[in-house]
Amino acid sequence: MENRGETRPLDLFSSGHRACAGCGPALTIQAILRATGAKVFVVSATGCMEVVSSQYPQSAWNVPWIHSLFENSAAVASGIEVALKVLGRSDDGKVVVIAGDGGTVDIGMQAISGMFERGHDICYICYDNEAYMNTGNQRSGSTPYDASTTTSPAGAKSFGNDRPKKDMPAIAAAHGIPYVATTSVGYPKDLTTKVQKGISVDGPAYLQIHAPCNIGWGFDSAKTIEIARLAVETGLWAMYEIVDGKLTNVMKVSKSKPVEEYLKQQRRFAHLFKMPGGEAQIKIIQDKASANVDRLRVIAEEESR
Amino acid sequence: MMQIMEGSHAVALAVKVARPNVVAAYPITPQTHIVEDISQLIADGDLAAEYVKVESEHSAMSVCIGASATGARTYTATTSQGLALMHEVLFNAAGMRLPIVMTVANRALSAPLNIWNDHQDSISERDSGWIQVYAEDNTEASDMTVQAYKIAEDNRTSIPMMVCMDGYTLTHTYEPIDVLEQDLVDSFLPPYQPIDVLDVDDPKSFGMFADPNYYTEFRFQNHKALEDAETVMTEVSAEFGEIFGRDYGGLIETYRCDDAEYVAVALGSVVGTLKDTVDDLRAQGERVGAIKVRSYRPFPVAEIQSALTGVEAVGVLDRNVSLGFEGALFTDIKASLYGSKSTPNMYGFIAGLGGRDVTKRTFMKMFKKMQTSKAVEESEFSDLKPELLEEV
Repeated sequence: MENRGETRPLDLFSSGHRACAGCGPALTIQAILRATGAKVFVVSATGCMEVVSSQYPQSAWNVPWIHSLFENSAAVASGIEVALKVLGRSDDGKVVVIAGDGGTVDIGMQAISGMFERGHDICYICYDNEAYMNTGNQRSGSTPYDASTTTSPAGAKSFGNDRPKKDMPAIAAAHGIPYVATTSVGYPKDLTTKVQKGISVDGPAYLQIHAPCNIGWGFDSAKTIEIARLAVETGLWAMYEIVDGKLTNVMKVSKSKPVEEYLKQQRRFAHLFKMPGGEAQIKIIQDKASANVDRLRVIAEEESR
Repeated sequence: MMQIMEGSHAVALAVKVARPNVVAAYPITPQTHIVEDISQLIADGDLAAEYVKVESEHSAMSVCIGASATGARTYTATTSQGLALMHEVLFNAAGMRLPIVMTVANRALSAPLNIWNDHQDSISERDSGWIQVYAEDNTEASDMTVQAYKIAEDNRTSIPMMVCMDGYTLTHTYEPIDVLEQDLVDSFLPPYQPIDVLDVDDPKSFGMFADPNYYTEFRFQNHKALEDAETVMTEVSAEFGEIFGRDYGGLIETYRCDDAEYVAVALGSVVGTLKDTVDDLRAQGERVGAIKVRSYRPFPVAEIQSALTGVEAVGVLDRNVSLGFEGALFTDIKASLYGSKSTPNMYGFIAGLGGRDVTKRTFMKMFKKMQTSKAVEESEFSDLKPELLEEV
């Protein structure tokens, strides 16, 4: 293709990777690396993004990259960070982990907690597609209430996942780390700012980026960004920062949309619109979203005073 | 310089002179004194390494992977449950060809919980792609720690290496140690110079996934590297011998085997007791000998064949058991001799599990069986207490 002289830098996560059309996490990684630039060491956990990007002998990564196992990315990153320090190479670049929600909120939790507690200068980024997508859409601790997955299927006696989404940002913040933030692939500018804050802070940072999976969630591959934005506009995904323990910079949802607008576009929630009792379930989800919206509004108003 | 000290301290001092950049370890009995001593060396400014106080052995090995891939020389130590928790990470380190060095303070595996010595932990990691050597005494444990870096980091191998030493029996025992001097070690062991590292100026991908078109070739190369390590280990031992005066020779040590009719084979610290037993029996005119298997992986098949061909009977002591079959070393010794001329009768002895003492009496019983049994091949738990079986 003709180079039209655009100022956009070289894609550090190059095209040609094997992610699905419309993949939210792939867009997320591209956005992350555009925000960080080339001076980063990336550690990936086993998962969709690792598999689609690193099939030998081809790699999509134009930055130093390592994948070891599923649950140990935070520990591998700790090793890199410490080695750079002891070898006098800390100025080479920041260590960034990119892992899915399964590798983060479930199986990787212990290693992450250790990394936070030890205070490594690492930016840990979770792309949250709300289930084990690499293995075929099984439920994770980050799967939202009532989502039907292959291990939490809806059925005559089930509305799908019967537990609320684990609040990993709060768990990260409880470690007393200097920077925690949530953002969404639907808001690339916000994502960029937060990634840049995450890598510039001295010490551990945790980012959770909501990244819709059109295959697992069941929506049109052209609508990834729209779905991502709806999650925020309905109040189901909140965007905020926790800086030195203080909740701040919350994104106020001024005119929140009803959750149906988000739910009805996704196959994982389709049962709620067909099953007896589904309406009551949607009400529960709406109540959660409304509580979120109210909470964010209160915090935002307090901050602006 | 000879000094009397605990085995763990000897290993800590050997680690110090090997100049690792990153140490990551999680405390577990009976490995604790090693990592405590290393912590103190760092706290006192005697070792310029970063010690990552990880939250698990799984993370200890993972930190070593990240640090090693960045170009750091790395060290860890563990045992038993800790080694088992590392299991998948061990394969990963070997597959990525990272020359991490680890001390394993051998201990039994649960259940039942047992903190005492046997070899079940490291034997169970036989196929992880790591070089495994077993020390007979604390001087060997110390010497092999320094040699391990040179072996693992050699471009012909580039694979991780574990130095196994018996928990308590060696780790907590005081012996005279020839403490390795820094300047001599520096002349023996050059700084780590990896070919591939994580580098922002020359970005490379580590730990990619390989489909069926490529996976076998990666595995073959890993296998070949372990086989080639036999040569490297022998060369390194010779070079070490020239500088420090102790050449451990090949991957096995034969003891009074020249005209031996009955030979006992073992790993680790019990070899000392075995040698004493051989001396006693030799004094009585018995033609007996001993083989210490120094390296369990790579397994020295040719050396075993050459040492055991033509003997009447071989007895193998295993401080492990492949449940449902027999002792693991016994299997390998038999496999090594398969098809050789005049195959000896072979007897397997499982003993010394979970810290039960292996004494001269254990080996006397072994030699007695070798000399009197009519069976071609047999395996037994030789220190079993039948009277306890009804109780447990």
